[in-house]
Amino acid sequence: MSTQGRAGARWRRIRALVIKEARQLIRDPSSLVVGFVLPVLLLLLFGFGISFDATRVKVGLVIEAPSPDTAWFFASLSNTPFFEVHQTTDRRVFYDDLAAGRLNGLIALSGDFTERLARGDSAGVQVITDGSDPNTANLISGYVLGAWNSWIQQRALTAGQTTAAFITIEPRFWYNPELESRRFLVPGSIALILMMIGALLTALVVSREWERGTIEALLATPVGTVEFIIGKLVPNFLLGLCAMAVCILAALFVFHIPLRGSLIALIAFTSVFLIVALGIGLLISTVARTQFLASQIALLLAFLPGLYFSGFLFEVASMPAALRAFSAIVPAKYFVRGLQTIFLVGDVASVLVPCTLALLAMGAILFALTARNTRQRLD
Amino acid sequence: MTATWHVSASQGLAAMADPTTLVTIDALTKSFRTDGLPALSELTTSIKAGQVTGLVGPDGAGKTTLMRLMAGLMLPSAGRIEVCGFDTVTEAAAVHEVIGYMPQRFGLYEDLSVIENLTLYADLRGVVGQQRAETFDKLLVFTDLERFQPRLAGALSGGMKQKLGLACAMLKSPRLLLLDEPSVGVDPISRRELWKMVYTLIGEGVGVVWSTAYLDEAENCAEVIVLNEARALFQGDPKVMTASVVGRVFQVRGAIGDKRALLVAALKRPEVIDGVMQGATVRLVIGNDQTLPSKADLGAVEGSEVVSATPRFEDAFVAMLGGQPKRRLLLETRPQSTDNQSLPVTAKSLTKCFGSFTAADNISFDIKRGEIFGLLGPNGAGKSTVFKMMCGLLRLTSGSALVDGLDLMKSPSAARARLGYMAQKFSLYGDLSVSQNLDFFAGAYGLSGQKKRDAIKRVVAAFDLASQLQVNAGGLPLGFKQRLALSCAIMHEPPVLFLDEPTSGVDPLTRREFWSFINAMVARGITVMVTTHFMDEAEYCDRVALIYRGKNIAIGTPEELQNMVRTAELPHPTLEDAFIGLVHQHDGALT
Repeated sequence: MSTQGRAGARWRRIRALVIKEARQLIRDPSSLVVGFVLPVLLLLLFGFGISFDATRVKVGLVIEAPSPDTAWFFASLSNTPFFEVHQTTDRRVFYDDLAAGRLNGLIALSGDFTERLARGDSAGVQVITDGSDPNTANLISGYVLGAWNSWIQQRALTAGQTTAAFITIEPRFWYNPELESRRFLVPGSIALILMMIGALLTALVVSREWERGTIEALLATPVGTVEFIIGKLVPNFLLGLCAMAVCILAALFVFHIPLRGSLIALIAFTSVFLIVALGIGLLISTVARTQFLASQIALLLAFLPGLYFSGFLFEVASMPAALRAFSAIVPAKYFVRGLQTIFLVGDVASVLVPCTLALLAMGAILFALTARNTRQRLD
Repeated sequence: MTATWHVSASQGLAAMADPTTLVTIDALTKSFRTDGLPALSELTTSIKAGQVTGLVGPDGAGKTTLMRLMAGLMLPSAGRIEVCGFDTVTEAAAVHEVIGYMPQRFGLYEDLSVIENLTLYADLRGVVGQQRAETFDKLLVFTDLERFQPRLAGALSGGMKQKLGLACAMLKSPRLLLLDEPSVGVDPISRRELWKMVYTLIGEGVGVVWSTAYLDEAENCAEVIVLNEARALFQGDPKVMTASVVGRVFQVRGAIGDKRALLVAALKRPEVIDGVMQGATVRLVIGNDQTLPSKADLGAVEGSEVVSATPRFEDAFVAMLGGQPKRRLLLETRPQSTDNQSLPVTAKSLTKCFGSFTAADNISFDIKRGEIFGLLGPNGAGKSTVFKMMCGLLRLTSGSALVDGLDLMKSPSAARARLGYMAQKFSLYGDLSVSQNLDFFAGAYGLSGQKKRDAIKRVVAAFDLASQLQVNAGGLPLGFKQRLALSCAIMHEPPVLFLDEPTSGVDPLTRREFWSFINAMVARGITVMVTTHFMDEAEYCDRVALIYRGKNIAIGTPEELQNMVRTAELPHPTLEDAFIGLVHQHDGALT
């Protein structure tokens, strides 16, 4: 057989395997669920369900001695969208509510509040929060402090006084001025979705061949390892691109996340990550021969590290040194960093180039391991 | 790849010595674990072109391992294999070019259609253009799958899947065709068709290796390799092996009275090394250089006659393994039932429709106490539907099903408590030990406290499970698995026992042992219903119903069914002949 004929036969085999795989993907409802329904579901969950922004936090305001000043402060608290304020004169009334979680915090204005305020003393404001949810507790104390500061200033202005004594901090939040957590949660969830599709689906379709015994018939034909791998990669890569399109469209038009970088950079960068995810899936498939095992390993090796170490839900910088070091080999970390940059900042080469290089290096290692470990035989 | 290839001096001396030799196997050993027993040990043999070589042996004898080694899918631990002059280790790619391989379960993509499966394998094997069109035409006619091209492979019947698997394996006219247990899960009609196809192929010079646990298939092979426990017991013409028991095979027939009692009595004689039931007759094999005991010693009654019978391959196989295990079941604790009149199982006009499709159409039968009743039928004929309705697992569209007088629809749990059920694949928990399995099933049947302990003790003693109590069920030898499954099914002492293909794919020795347990239970008044498409199992039945296309097309004793197809050309029809003949008669009556 001539070299040309041999190459032709090889291409024919690859094409046949790609077509076969694509048909199976299209006919298998579960892969369509993973490819299209899961992205939408996860995006909705992360985009709308999870939010680190406190809106309508329930607080109890204890006013031991009511006065015009306390009423004013109450009004200024209630007028923000952040608080749902309940009022009483005896703090004990609220203790049960706080314990039961019906209130997230207490703000107590002491009996001499008005007098001390008039004297210009530090007024007695006590903030008690439910420390069992530290995130909300921090938010409340922060917000109350802010509300207090702005009220004091406003009061002084109204009274015609200047408050030069106060240090005024005027925070500016760049890139995400409204501080909407959705804006960094959505790019993060895209990373998870693509990891699921790339790693889980690929591992599943290979282990399925083992489980159903079809690989035996396939291996007894002239099909080679590389052809087999390409046959699995191409359709799953295309499905990953489709899921990516769903994600990007949802990010732009449902969640109104600004795209400050270029679409080209977004697609190119995502494709690189997708290849890494596929590589993880293929590597899993070299050891897992049942779909159950494959999905367990994919969950453990791809999904969970992506969730914990990509830095979109949990701050990696505040983790112990060992975990921080581990996060260096989590592909999702680089992808989330790059993706957040493309969406919220722009095409920043100093971020994107190192991230891309890190992902490419991981991809190369994964594929090398896969090629080495993929068995041409059954034992 | 063309038909000519070069054999270098180092390659295959045997192949050069005999041009018809396709495969040369030399001192082949395969171990999966370094410490464990080998799956194949020191096997030296060869396989010739233009004939069928049978790879025969019980489950776990190493048949599949040998197939995979020949296909270059596994590496030998020691020794070497050459296929068409190519070494399977160093030249696996060349081996793949010249073989066709059909693995167990046929290796089809069930979510691809018939034609898509064919196209895939044609592309993979480089069958293109005009050659492809011609091959497809030929194969689709050959396998009679033309009408089913757009159907998904997963929606085909077992027989059609098998034919499609064969078609995919033969796309590029292989020189060597490896078929791994092609007849498992396939009814006798499809099996005969497959053999016809294979004979056509060997006429074209192809070498076929056919592995099977069914010994009747060995008789169709020009040569057999009998594997047992990793070693070849016999290689050569099956007729030679069968001839080793000539003059040692007898049939007790005529008015033999209680055939089960006769079989038990006969097997007590040391001279008798094997005995099975064949419809109304009992078949006996005596040991080498032994003489047949007298009729009285055999426990045969006056009206019976003992005649010499033509040996079968299976007789020789069992004799070669030293005869059947003569284990006796200790069911003495179970009270002997004397009631022979009542009907523990009654099916009245069972009908089941799935949408517009009638899976079971007006099927009626009664089973007497102490009777073994068989539901026979090709794949997809509706026997599983009937079986599931009788177990109370499927709702009837109309009709009624009674077990021990209780209606399965009206009082399902009370009725189900009267029956024991043993599923095809035993449905044991492989990760639990034998005693844990027993404990679980006893609990599932509602036994507790002293009753449960007694029940477990009783089956452990009866089935000799004491030595294996702490072993995980998944790691048990097949025979023990079978005993454990049976123990679990009868722990609550049901008067009725339902068996779903209990010994399909099981080697002859284990099968004999199983049926000796069943016979012992039947002798004590248990009623048995069994679904099967294996004639070996059907032979143990007192009566059978032949289910075809949802209808009960024949019912009677095995002899009655055989008589229905007796003709001048076929004076001694087997039960399989009856099965096929009656199905064809029914088809003919329809058209």
